[in-house]
Amino acid sequence: MTFPITPRNIVAALVVAGLLLLPLYSQLTGNIFILTLFTRIVIFALAASSLNLIMGYGGMMSFGHAAYLGIGGYAVGILAFEGIGSGFIQWPVALAVSALFALVIGALSLRTRGVYFIMITLAFAQMAYYIVSGMSRYGGDDGLTIYKRSNFGGLINLSNRVQFYYLCLGCLFGGLYLIWRIINSRFGLVVQGVRSNEQRMQAIGFHANRYRLVCFVIAGTICGLSGALLANNTDFVSPAVMYWTRSGDLMVMVILGGMGSLFGPVIGAIVYLVLEELLSQFTEYWAMIMGPLLLLIVLFARGGIMGLLGRLRLG
Amino acid sequence: MKTAFWLAGATVLALAQPAVAGDTIKIGFVSTFSGPTAVIGNDMRNSFELALDHLGRKMGGKPVEVIYEDDGQKPDVGKQKTEKLVQSDKVDFIAGYIWSNVLLASLKTAVDSQTFLISANAGPSQLAGELCSPYVFSTSWQNDQTPQAMGVYMNQKGVKSVFLIGPNYAAGKDMLAGVKSTFKGEVVGEEYTVWPSQLDFSAELTKAKNSKAESIFVFYPGAAGVQFLNQYAQAGIKAQIPLYTAFTVDELSLPLQKDNAIGIPGAQEWVNDLPNAENKKFVEDYRKKYPGLRPTYYGAQAYDAAQLINSAVIAVKGDTSKKDAMKAEMEKANFKSLRGPFKYGNNHIPIQNFYLQDVVKDADGQLSLKTVATIVKDDQDRFHDKCPMK
Amino acid sequence: MLVLVEQSLNGLQFGLLLFLLAAGLTLVFGIMDFVNLAHGSLYMMGAYFAATFVAWTGSFVLGALLALGATLLLGMALEFIALRHLYGRDHLDQVLATFGLILFFNDAVRLIWGPAGLALPLPAWLTVPVQIIPGVYYPAYRLSIIVAALAVAALLYVVVMRTRLGMLIRAGASNREMIGALGINIKLLFTLVFGLGAALAGLAGLMQAPILTVQIGMGENILILAFVIIVIGGIGSIRGAFLAAIFVGMIDTLGRAFLPDLLRKVLSGAAASTAAPALSSMLIYLLMAIVLVVRPEGLFPAARR
Repeated sequence: MTFPITPRNIVAALVVAGLLLLPLYSQLTGNIFILTLFTRIVIFALAASSLNLIMGYGGMMSFGHAAYLGIGGYAVGILAFEGIGSGFIQWPVALAVSALFALVIGALSLRTRGVYFIMITLAFAQMAYYIVSGMSRYGGDDGLTIYKRSNFGGLINLSNRVQFYYLCLGCLFGGLYLIWRIINSRFGLVVQGVRSNEQRMQAIGFHANRYRLVCFVIAGTICGLSGALLANNTDFVSPAVMYWTRSGDLMVMVILGGMGSLFGPVIGAIVYLVLEELLSQFTEYWAMIMGPLLLLIVLFARGGIMGLLGRLRLG
Repeated sequence: MKTAFWLAGATVLALAQPAVAGDTIKIGFVSTFSGPTAVIGNDMRNSFELALDHLGRKMGGKPVEVIYEDDGQKPDVGKQKTEKLVQSDKVDFIAGYIWSNVLLASLKTAVDSQTFLISANAGPSQLAGELCSPYVFSTSWQNDQTPQAMGVYMNQKGVKSVFLIGPNYAAGKDMLAGVKSTFKGEVVGEEYTVWPSQLDFSAELTKAKNSKAESIFVFYPGAAGVQFLNQYAQAGIKAQIPLYTAFTVDELSLPLQKDNAIGIPGAQEWVNDLPNAENKKFVEDYRKKYPGLRPTYYGAQAYDAAQLINSAVIAVKGDTSKKDAMKAEMEKANFKSLRGPFKYGNNHIPIQNFYLQDVVKDADGQLSLKTVATIVKDDQDRFHDKCPMK
Repeated sequence: MLVLVEQSLNGLQFGLLLFLLAAGLTLVFGIMDFVNLAHGSLYMMGAYFAATFVAWTGSFVLGALLALGATLLLGMALEFIALRHLYGRDHLDQVLATFGLILFFNDAVRLIWGPAGLALPLPAWLTVPVQIIPGVYYPAYRLSIIVAALAVAALLYVVVMRTRLGMLIRAGASNREMIGALGINIKLLFTLVFGLGAALAGLAGLMQAPILTVQIGMGENILILAFVIIVIGGIGSIRGAFLAAIFVGMIDTLGRAFLPDLLRKVLSGAAASTAAPALSSMLIYLLMAIVLVVRPEGLFPAARR
């Protein structure tokens, strides 16, 4: 695998370098907030990348992906609340519960196609949202404050901003590597084959839905990880992280950056969250700019930012 | 490509505002400035700005810089904005906070960084109890206090039974718990509605009507209060079962509630006609500065927050690094509050009077709120024992 | 027993209102294969127009009619300027673009009318409760919503089943290429259908306005319910939308009315009080999930290509 020098790859390389060097910049300038902001961005980039795996490569348009953010987060939050602070327990539980949830709703949802699939994933996510809202012991609608971040013994200190940032970045790069391996494996090729022509793959003898389901579970598990990270980052988890608008945000990040491109969701998450932060500093009416901007991107920049870059030529 | 570089450059610049320390007093103000409840945030900002005008935009001889941040009524966003104010802007004080759940999510950030937080509205029970902190003060109340006063008033009126309706979030639960703690009659029923999405209360109203309760108590702030009164009147229940409220009728909702609000009593720690000189000046200047608008209790509390901060800054002559001295000064509540003088309890929650307010037509023929009586004097919240600070 | 009657009426009224919103959505979705998240914004615009025009004209009925016309025009303009370029595109593109429109409309309304929201007062003859059967009083206005929505549903039925326009709509829902091949001006038809959907959304918005007031973002939560309804009913099917809407309205209202008391028999008082609102909101989604698991294309799937 070689990486030709194209605008897409240059931007991707610059972004990777920028992300790696950010803590240095933050230390030099004393601007802690930029690190806080980008920790959040990196976490959402991981979640968006996992959505990209099923949406961009698997053709499964899940409108309930934020549910895993909440499930991963609540796994950490509830265990912390009950006095189990070890990350070696919290995180595997977060991943396992996310995977289980993905398995159950995936098995049921994959019976449907198209818009019906969008809506049934939404339905399951909303159910999860309301279940969490009803748990009065864990704060109900108001959410749960996490007083101690996950404890990994002497291995890594999550309360240290820089260490935590690099942990998140490591998870993002690890997640991207995993996704890259998957889409280039035989399994990944089958999943992508199913997206473009299901009947043909069935005819050759692949059980399309089994492949889709495995893909769906992997994506859910990765997103559960970003949920655990997010909960540690905000020291707080509330049902709001799994509301349908948050699933919509994730979709916007994926489409904005470029669906079906490995690095697209990362760019999408950075652009969307930074734009939101900047525009809201300039004007209270930031949505009035953001809204039409989204419309224009859809109308004139198909394939998102990565698609746009793909059409650029050097020289 | 060029645009990408330009964007990246602009981004770095905008996010890299250097933190200038020392010469100005920096205050962060977190409230809701977008969405349907932005009216409340705007009113708080208006009043806070008015307070700064009255102070000559200086505290302890230093110019004041206020950074307003919008929480969008979402706990996670409020938390994020609080982090920005503490870490990026390095503010000396954070004020504002309408919503209990936003405050609870943001609390840890402020307290961990030892930044003073002045809640100008939200008063969840945890804040008065186990989560109280030397760095947190309130210029409002603990949630339960207002409905507790309403419960006392209902006892005075000889009400025998009540049906409670409120939204299912921190403040909603506090409010209904508050009225239950003082009301001596029977609680016939208790309904919680989904907050903030549920706006049709027909099922709850029907239940209340059929419960044969002698009265109904509700807590619905903002637009939900308008909707509740609309539906209460349309269902014809207004003629049958009297309604008692907390935080449901105020100057923001009145123009929309119109005649539906007449005769609906509420309890409040501040009413626009309280007869002290500062309050008269506040109400007059507010109406002058913002024509067509009337100040609300949210605004009065925000005004008090500015005055409280000012008292602390003056006490240390502008040296905001002297946190202990500022804390000690604020604990004295040494400023002229719009509600009249009050004291702070051990948990930094005001010990104060609560008044009965009613809706009347004023001289211009407009509906306005009026103080009818003092329900309780020097009321202290019922969670102060749980606060470890003594 | 009388309580049940009254709560059922509440459910019916809510369901019928949802139907008006869902009908427009299912028409646009079924015929143009277009996912319009901004449908909720049109609902909001209908309410804002009505509040403005009623204040202008001083007449509820006249103001409401003007608002209907305005929403119709707004819908057609929106289709003409932006949305028609999105037909035939991926559903996700449509979702993203119309999500952008929601953001835009919310802030535009805040800029024009301010953040406070508006009141839409009712004429006096609609504010009194009426006795429908001995012992049961019901708000006259809610009753009038039931009547008006039923009338619109009947009208819609006649238009779709008995007129030439309706024939084209039905043809479009089952086979889009076909009507193009018949030499119909398909662009005009699409603009008209979109305007009709917008007007229905506006009607729902302005009828709901006196109960719920007029405020920014009022269309978003109810929009998701409308989507749930058209999916349960089967996309493109007006009949399916009608039945699903009544079903959803009933389940939502009856759930809120009776679930808390049921729960209190099992759980402690405090836990039941908190869990009940969450559980009753969940019922609708549970219903949708069950319907889709059993019938992956909804209850009344429109015949597809």
